Amino acid sequence: MSTSFLLADGLAKKYPGARGKPDLTVFEDVHFTIEKGEFVCIIGHSGCGKTTILNVLAGLDTASGGNVVMDGREVSGPSLERGVVFQGHALMPWLSAKKNVEFAVRSRWPDKSKKEIDEHCLRYLDLVGLTGSEHKKPSELSGGMKQRVGIARAFAIEPKMLLLDEPFGALDALTRGNIQEELVKICAATHQTVFMITHDVDEAILLADKIMLMSNGPHARIAEIVANTLPRDRTRETLHKEPRYYAIRNHLVDFLVSRSKRFSEELPEGYDAKHPPVVMPGLETQPAPALSLASPEKAVVINLRH
Amino acid sequence: MDKSMSLRAGVLSVVIFLFLLGLWQAATHTPEKTGGALTEYEQLMGKSTKKTAGMPTPAQMGETVKKHLSDPFYDKGPNDKGIGIQLAYSLARVGSGFLLAALVAIPLGFLIGMSPLLYRALDPFIQVLKPISPLAWMPLALYTIKDSATSSIFVIFICSVWPMLINTAYGVASVRRDWLNVARTLEVGVLRKAFRVILPAAAPTIMTGMRISMGIAWLVIVAAEMLVGGTGIGYFVWNEWNNLSLTNVIFAILMIGVVGMALDLMFGALQKLVTYVE
Repeated sequence: MSTSFLLADGLAKKYPGARGKPDLTVFEDVHFTIEKGEFVCIIGHSGCGKTTILNVLAGLDTASGGNVVMDGREVSGPSLERGVVFQGHALMPWLSAKKNVEFAVRSRWPDKSKKEIDEHCLRYLDLVGLTGSEHKKPSELSGGMKQRVGIARAFAIEPKMLLLDEPFGALDALTRGNIQEELVKICAATHQTVFMITHDVDEAILLADKIMLMSNGPHARIAEIVANTLPRDRTRETLHKEPRYYAIRNHLVDFLVSRSKRFSEELPEGYDAKHPPVVMPGLETQPAPALSLASPEKAVVINLRH
Repeated sequence: MDKSMSLRAGVLSVVIFLFLLGLWQAATHTPEKTGGALTEYEQLMGKSTKKTAGMPTPAQMGETVKKHLSDPFYDKGPNDKGIGIQLAYSLARVGSGFLLAALVAIPLGFLIGMSPLLYRALDPFIQVLKPISPLAWMPLALYTIKDSATSSIFVIFICSVWPMLINTAYGVASVRRDWLNVARTLEVGVLRKAFRVILPAAAPTIMTGMRISMGIAWLVIVAAEMLVGGTGIGYFVWNEWNNLSLTNVIFAILMIGVVGMALDLMFGALQKLVTYVE
């Protein structure tokens, strides 16, 4: 049996076809695992069902096939154990930044005293650098600040796992860079397990321990898993100076540009959906078999067997 | 810029007002009769020179306004009460009918808004009942309730219930999915979700419905009281028409407008209070 923290087993999403038409399968045969403390990014083109997978993990949506087990329990609905940062921040506009966080904290610990809740909220707002703006309404905050409140809200309930749905998609490059760096710091400090959707290849390389590549939909699958072999203390300034940075980046871009489409047209020989190939661009030329994954820089061995 | 604009608008309003007053004066001014014989009507009425019927001049009007407003709360029997008392009767009816309507419409609107099944099931009823003139219910109300004062409250209830019901249902049904998902991932309970997420999210729409309802209720109360009689500003208008006192009728019309405006401003302020910027 698997000892992974999270296990997604054979997830599929089908929509029944209208009047005699065949069913529309968005994705199928999606298997993956996430270890505790791991930061996982998923990359793929629009329409491959990334957000649906995230919603299934969150318990907000149900898959038509397969199941998700987190920490030994099957995911059957939304839970405070999984915090979600939504694509469009989803702050309640009638509440101030602090009240938004407070709403979540009070849901998590209804019995805490007002003082404890206050302190807790302010600590997390401080963590995302929003001290001084806690009493502002979302409409008075910039896009980046709103997304920070969303992140503070998700972190503040101290979930076992954090799910981020393209959280920085709507932000300008500069703001995005700053928040990414803060996210790295917070995750390093809290050893948070994170699953994140992104379209940004550099963002994935900066943040993720492993990057799951999805082929194009319909019938999307996880085509392969890229293990990030760059040292974990990488920053935005030093990222592009890392020796294997371009190898990884080129591999990802290459996948998005051409291989994702080719993959969905014809499954490569020897492809096993249960154990998608794990590749470490720059370290080896051939995709490594799933079993022998152990990178020199990483203490954690990604266990793909279950 | 903004300030000078409102100043200019204010000046223009005063100019228009004075112009209308001038028109009024010109239209109603009649040269003093000098020793002419009294008409038969004037003899019958027992008045000799003072003009009682017909359109008043602005000066006469001003006198009446002053007279009514200087003593608004006197009560000298069923047909002679101060304008304040009459307005208070009307406001009490509108208030109680409106409150009852809110008590029914807002919870029901919540249910309809949250359940697409109920929405569809109740939609035909609402569509049929909504366009009925509230006064059409009057005979039925008088027959079943057997009390004219309560019947007028019922008429207010039935006319203010629809805009509130429809707006509440619409507001609740169109709460952003994201906010509901936030509540779901936080495992927020049903009641807490209703009061802390859905209610504030739908509040501006609900308040718009209440504002529309109040406007309609104030329109309808005048007509209802004309039918029902006894007390209230509507009855006052009808009574003064029977007295052939156009001055008092015009004064009542003015008061209806002023009170209606005050009610609307009040709901406008409430609306502003619950509105949020996304």
